[in-house]
Amino acid sequence: MSAVTPLMSVTVTVNGRGCTLTVEPRTTLLEALREHLGLTGTKKACDRGECGACTVHVDGRRVLSCMALAAMQDGKQITTIEGLARDGVLHPMQAAFIEHDGFQCGFCTPGQIMSAVAAVEEAKAGSPSAATDDLTKSFTLADLSRAEIRERMSGNLCRCACYPNIVAAVAEAAGRS
Amino acid sequence: MHPFALSRTDTPAHAVAEHARDPQLAFIAGGTDLLGLIKDRAAAPERLLDINGLSSLSRIDLGPDGRLRIGALARMSEVAAHRDVREQFPVIAEALLFSASGQLRNMASIGGNIMQRTRCPYFRDEDGLPCNKRRPGSGCSALHGLNRSHAIFGWSDDCIATNPSDLSVALAALDAHVIVLGPTGERSIPFTDFHRLPGDTPDRDTALERGELIVGIDVPASVEARASHYLKLRDRASYEFALVSAAAAVAVDRGRIRSVRLALGGVAHKPWRLTSAEAALRGAKLDDIGKLKSGIAASFKDARPLAHNGFKVELAQRVAVRALQIAGGRA
Repeated sequence: MSAVTPLMSVTVTVNGRGCTLTVEPRTTLLEALREHLGLTGTKKACDRGECGACTVHVDGRRVLSCMALAAMQDGKQITTIEGLARDGVLHPMQAAFIEHDGFQCGFCTPGQIMSAVAAVEEAKAGSPSAATDDLTKSFTLADLSRAEIRERMSGNLCRCACYPNIVAAVAEAAGRS
Repeated sequence: MHPFALSRTDTPAHAVAEHARDPQLAFIAGGTDLLGLIKDRAAAPERLLDINGLSSLSRIDLGPDGRLRIGALARMSEVAAHRDVREQFPVIAEALLFSASGQLRNMASIGGNIMQRTRCPYFRDEDGLPCNKRRPGSGCSALHGLNRSHAIFGWSDDCIATNPSDLSVALAALDAHVIVLGPTGERSIPFTDFHRLPGDTPDRDTALERGELIVGIDVPASVEARASHYLKLRDRASYEFALVSAAAAVAVDRGRIRSVRLALGGVAHKPWRLTSAEAALRGAKLDDIGKLKSGIAASFKDARPLAHNGFKVELAQRVAVRALQIAGGRA
């Protein structure tokens, strides 16, 4: 076993607020958010990149915070589920999850919502998926079928199996946005 | 995770020098495989060198001759969404889109993708069951254990693991090269030589030497690349590694195969090129299903299934036929 490793300082913007953290090199972004910043909305489940419960946005892109080291995020903009509402008004994706009952126990829900918000942005930006018929065409939001949503959300597992309601919520929020 | 030190680097030459002088150092880019290995105690580097600052390695360029250069630090999602990749090298875009999840594709680098280690559950086992890849000389738990997901080609008594990278199957079919920077300069490794067969040293996955850094992947332009397809079969509809997959790239002349390149995933310790089948299929009519089947069967004479994966021999041939037909439809 190696000797004690030096702590590292990392400056990030989390939900619009700048903060400087002192972390061990092995501290994941997930652990830093939950245990250093008290942002426990982001959930730890598999801790292996297999379930999606820890999904957050880094510089606008959805990532798994359990598979990212906090010390490698210096200068990054991070958004968690706590940063999605604006002035007390829920993000349209959050509202759609409530409207469509897109959860039961709720443990996977922050990750589902963070993933869904980014998935809609990816579709808007023209990114194809494994469910896209013709990769040579430009993808548009109008192409975001239920099959597309299921494929794009496949990195988020729900053990309560609320998938039909989650897909319905994402479809509605995509239409509104 | 066990403790490790972390530092950053700004130049490829510095990264190479650090790696060459320190056997306990590992590069980290996306980290999506390495951190999992550390958590599973299948890797224990004392120092990580963050190479994400090597911005020159993030580019995706189509050269004037149509050659594609994918920088080692380009992310899977960026390559999959790239217009030139989708139009000129569809097998690459498909292999990437059928890999992992949206979150992981945003994180994982191309260099890291082809370096990812096997998903053999005995290798990944946290309790450290015997595994020659993890602890040389400890034995292979899979050989007489549960081996449904394991190899049917090229395995040894020391290791029957398969390579999990979808992208590697596509790159093997397209005759890509891995461009590597080492202490004495750059070298170019043909993709089919990049991954090794296990032999009696399964702890070594690739031809890389200490002190070498993948800087990019070169994919030559070809008629075949444009008419290419990646077909992946797995136990779940999405977000799962391949049970068996096939990359096919074909040039067609009046309905007959002028040349074809085929590679399989999920069947060996490396992407498995079907060179005998490629020769046997030349001149075959794309709609002659019997001829396609018999041509592909030419590469299965040396298949050696294990106790639980005999189904892969038939499944892999069917996947190859179907991938070839779909690729042919694009010619």
